Amino acid sequence: MSDLSTAIPPAPAKRRAAPLLAMLWRDKLAFVSAIVLIVIVLFALLGPALLSDLATSQNLRGRNSPPFDLARGWAFVLGGDSLGRPMLARLIVAARSTMLVAAGTVLAAMAVGAVLGLLAGYLGKHVSQAIMRLADVIMSFPSLLIAVIVLYVLGPSIPNMILVLAITRIPIYLRTTRAEVLEVRQRMFVQAAVVMGASNGRIILRHILPVVAPTLVTIATLDFAFVMLAESSLSFLGIGIQPPDITWGLMVAQGRPYLTTAWWLAFWPGLLIVITTLSLNLLSNWMRVALDPSQRWRLEARSTKDE
Amino acid sequence: MSNALLEVRNLSVDFHTARGTVHAVRDVSWSINRGETLAVLGESGSGKSVSASAVMNILDIPPAQIIAGEIYFEGQNLLAMSNEQRRAINGKRIAMIFQDPLSHLNPVYPVGWQIAEMMTAHGRPMSEARARTLDLLNRVGIPEPHNAVGKYPHQFSGGQRQRLMIAMALALKPDILIADEPTTALDVTIQADVLALLKQLQAETGMGLVLITHDLGVVAEIADRVVVMSQGQIVEQGSVRDVYHAPQHAYTQKLIGSAPGKGQIKTLEPDLPLLLEAKALCKTYGRFTALKDVSLTLARGQSLAVVGESGSGKSTLARAILRLETADSGAAFWKGQDLLAMSPSALLGVRRQIQMVFQDPTQSLNPRMSVYQLISEGWDIHRLMPDRNQRQMRVRELLEQVGLSAEHASRYPHQFSGGQRQRIAIARALALEPELIICDEAVSALDVSIQAQVIALLDDLRERLGISFLFIAHDLGVVRDFADTVIVMKAGEIVERGPTEQIFSAPSHPYTQRLLAAALDPDPDVQAQRRLLATAQA
Repeated sequence: MSDLSTAIPPAPAKRRAAPLLAMLWRDKLAFVSAIVLIVIVLFALLGPALLSDLATSQNLRGRNSPPFDLARGWAFVLGGDSLGRPMLARLIVAARSTMLVAAGTVLAAMAVGAVLGLLAGYLGKHVSQAIMRLADVIMSFPSLLIAVIVLYVLGPSIPNMILVLAITRIPIYLRTTRAEVLEVRQRMFVQAAVVMGASNGRIILRHILPVVAPTLVTIATLDFAFVMLAESSLSFLGIGIQPPDITWGLMVAQGRPYLTTAWWLAFWPGLLIVITTLSLNLLSNWMRVALDPSQRWRLEARSTKDE
Repeated sequence: MSNALLEVRNLSVDFHTARGTVHAVRDVSWSINRGETLAVLGESGSGKSVSASAVMNILDIPPAQIIAGEIYFEGQNLLAMSNEQRRAINGKRIAMIFQDPLSHLNPVYPVGWQIAEMMTAHGRPMSEARARTLDLLNRVGIPEPHNAVGKYPHQFSGGQRQRLMIAMALALKPDILIADEPTTALDVTIQADVLALLKQLQAETGMGLVLITHDLGVVAEIADRVVVMSQGQIVEQGSVRDVYHAPQHAYTQKLIGSAPGKGQIKTLEPDLPLLLEAKALCKTYGRFTALKDVSLTLARGQSLAVVGESGSGKSTLARAILRLETADSGAAFWKGQDLLAMSPSALLGVRRQIQMVFQDPTQSLNPRMSVYQLISEGWDIHRLMPDRNQRQMRVRELLEQVGLSAEHASRYPHQFSGGQRQRIAIARALALEPELIICDEAVSALDVSIQAQVIALLDDLRERLGISFLFIAHDLGVVRDFADTVIVMKAGEIVERGPTEQIFSAPSHPYTQRLLAAALDPDPDVQAQRRLLATAQA
């Protein structure tokens, strides 16, 4: 109540949510990307429940049936695969495993990499040395080899795949974060915080992380595509996702032998990977601008431009 | 048509930015002849560099757009020429030097090659260019020219780099030299040398010199005529003496009035309780000695200035006391406790009592935090004032105390001007109610009129709240206005200390005398007199 009576508006966190949508609308590409991503997430959530029967029903007369042919019904609009299963249904059902592995891996790798990178960059030489050598070990080890060993020992499953893939991707985030932290910690506002008596934790979380975060998010979106394909090569070796479970990466891998005769087997899942990555990238680009106070005006409507 | 060598006539330039059109300069006219020195005086954002950039064809078009006007060089309109024709004039007939020589010299080529390139680019043979390079280096006072031609830019000091830039600009004997803030990044003693060099070269070659500057002292020292710019318009022009002694426009009056170094000198009240005592602080970086046996005392309510040129160790001193750097040896007692031997938890308590204001507020304020967050961060850290309403009240009070208003609390640092940002930084320091504020070149990056306001603000805070100040600066005028005691540092050592009055009226150490002599007075007559004295002595 007395909150409202004071002339000073409360900390900006409160008024952020509503304008955020308006800012999204002002960047049309990001807006479309957001819608695409929401659709893909809906596929992942609802697809398996609604379409899994359709996606696994074989129809040997419809093997490699070409796309854009409605004779076999709407499910075959994108063609049929080598066992005559409708591509459209399979793509939608595959969204779940694909998203689970890709998002799980990227988020886990980013979180662990960022935390270790922040520590390596901010806390003295010894911690940094220990963490960086750990990263070197991971990088010098052929990632496929780790994957084969770990998945052979633990058995193939989605959580185990996320674990393996995440470990191999950690060094990328770790090294980037550390390099940025080394630069940002020298900036004057970090020194100012030290003078005020801020603890290490506060400096890292309040002052350094927000500056480093946009870079990490950008790498993460690019990494998304890489992980989807890496997952398919594990599946190809027989230690990843196993049929009848399906992912886009696996569909690309399975379609490869038919590229000359039935291009649509590899093309549609490949296209979805590209679209997903592109949408994430465009959205992260928008987010970078929207979260930076000195850039935000680019996305704000003219009517609110009172400065 | 007038017979001036270079004439800018009714020039208007707009910048088209995403936020709308900015009128950078409007209807600006000035002219210059051979042998003349014209100063274009203005604060940041006044558009003082824009007309010179238009002359040199280095405006980025777009976003810039020349709306109207002509630029005549020897009677020909430069703006009507092709880029090829203008390239033949740029560098050869009209040359330019910049504020920051390091960023305008290519780091991967030896300097001799870069100077020679200037000449070969305009069609001179390499052998001639080499010989002239040696001659030029000699002329601008670079020691051992034969060795110097093979060295790289980073191997020279700031002053020497500016000399190299001057050598490069003069390589083709231009008719006009445009110097954009040529000495702003340099120490006072080096500034004096570079200005003397420019003057001497001008006398020898008879070139016209256009000097773009914000510094009244530089204008008084070197210029014949001055053009005063404010907000993209020329508000006044005339001979330097007339403008200084009888400024017509209100802006010029304000500018001249705010030049530092004219106020009442303060004296230290005796018998104040001791607050801070540093004893024999030492710090070395490899073989470089940053601090050597530095001791000082600071009493409650005192304002102690530490003066020195770049590399004298004055900032390291502040950083060592604040434990931003670890001193190699020595002690710093804060109310009797040694800061350098303190446990982290004890230090946290002291951090509240000592605050710092940094040189560049653009960098010392986190760009992602609102003013409210910036000011209240200290309370978060020290777990003070948990009540939000109380915090908002206090933030508003603090903003008003430093001359900002309450509605600024929700804005972000980039929405303010440099001077306002420094006020935010001061409000942030005041939020914790400190007993000592360390100002590390806190007003150096600000325009003169804003500098005067910030100094007045700090002075007011000292009187009303009894805060002590450790004031680190290279600008003697500012120090004279603000401090009651002065310490002069050179190469990590204190060479002289004493009350402000004594340092300024009777400096005993030769270095202090040299510093004072090199500082430029905004009054052209005072400068003329000093020059006479100097030549008489020599």
